[in-house]
Amino acid sequence: MQLICNNRILSGCFAALATLLVPPACRAGEGPFFITYTHQMEEPGNLEFASKSAMGQPAGCNFFFGNAAEFEYGATAWWTTELYLDAQGTSGQGALFTGFRWENRFRMLPREHWINPVLYVEFEDINGADKTLLEVVGHDGVDDLTGPNSEARQEKQREIETKLILGSHYRGWTIAENFIAEKNLAHEPFEFGYAAGISRPFALAASPGRCLACPENFQAGVEVYGGLGTHNDFGFRETSHYIAPTLAWDLAGGPTFRVSAGFGLTSTSARFLLRFGVSYEIAQIGRSARKFLGGAQ
Amino acid sequence: MNNLHRTLIAFVAAAALALPASLVERVPATVPHGSNPFEGNPQARQAGKKLYERECSACHGKNREGIGKAPPLNQPEVYSAPASTLFWILRNGSLRRGMPSFAHLPEPQRWQIVAFLRAQAVYNEHDSHQGGN
Repeated sequence: MQLICNNRILSGCFAALATLLVPPACRAGEGPFFITYTHQMEEPGNLEFASKSAMGQPAGCNFFFGNAAEFEYGATAWWTTELYLDAQGTSGQGALFTGFRWENRFRMLPREHWINPVLYVEFEDINGADKTLLEVVGHDGVDDLTGPNSEARQEKQREIETKLILGSHYRGWTIAENFIAEKNLAHEPFEFGYAAGISRPFALAASPGRCLACPENFQAGVEVYGGLGTHNDFGFRETSHYIAPTLAWDLAGGPTFRVSAGFGLTSTSARFLLRFGVSYEIAQIGRSARKFLGGAQ
Repeated sequence: MNNLHRTLIAFVAAAALALPASLVERVPATVPHGSNPFEGNPQARQAGKKLYERECSACHGKNREGIGKAPPLNQPEVYSAPASTLFWILRNGSLRRGMPSFAHLPEPQRWQIVAFLRAQAVYNEHDSHQGGN
């Protein structure tokens, strides 16, 4: 079959590329956290692409690498919707797609207060081999990471996850607490978890000049997260907990890089998890697309 | 025109009348009138310009001219508004009008944006001189 790629199509390809590369980018300002959500919503009309990766090597097991590709869209000022596509690779066992998640966050109060609640509702359809570790609930532990992919992928996890996100900003500090309840739709008990984080930029005021390494472009923080058992076995017994210092570097008008080193606090936790992420936000994606389509006509 | 249509039109008209023309007018009168710690500081204005370009220009336009539903910010109503009023708008946004809260920006950065917005007249004057030359 002959590949049809005339000048018009070629110019369309370049225009599409330009639409992706040129539209006004803005700061993907979620702070340095990987697990903890703040009450900050995506700006209406903006689309953020992000990649969140987790890697580790539990004792006596193969090295693994989990990745979530994230597409976050600000539907309105009070509603942010997000799609995740999860995949993982395990040394000696290959790589596989492990499922998707569709999450929605709803800001509940119209104005900023000392504590700002956001309601989070997510549907996830993933399998047991998922190793993105985007939340730790119930009795999740290192055992979930050690099984062979061929067996783990047979386990279906169709779940509804809800979170109450509480966020505050105080004198440059961002403080957030998440309370998690997750229900597997296949007659499993409710599982609970938590995440909390605190972060601060290196400088509160911006410098007048353009710069990549200005102190205000860096944020450091720490987050803690873990499981709280199930509704018939609630508590800390046989649950995993982590503490993770985090760092974010925001290249003004470009991508934001994040890195986090997580340390397991209990015997059921993985001893060490390294996370890194990159995100890039396109401002007013709809307008850019309309401009592109209008220009193509 | 049936009753349902009349009721709908009346409802929309009432809603439109209930919605003041601008966010500046919607700021509660109880907002304390604090002064901008960066007032008159040219470096802060420059930093505010940089922050404006990064945080605000995608919606309000590079030259603050306004785009679509996002209103222009190069108007006297904005640059003559009290600093605390603009600061309040940046902190709270307006979910109804699609403006998000910018409370995630540290307070000094929000004040820097306010310093830039209120120096609009200075910038306009500067721009016109540049254009004239």
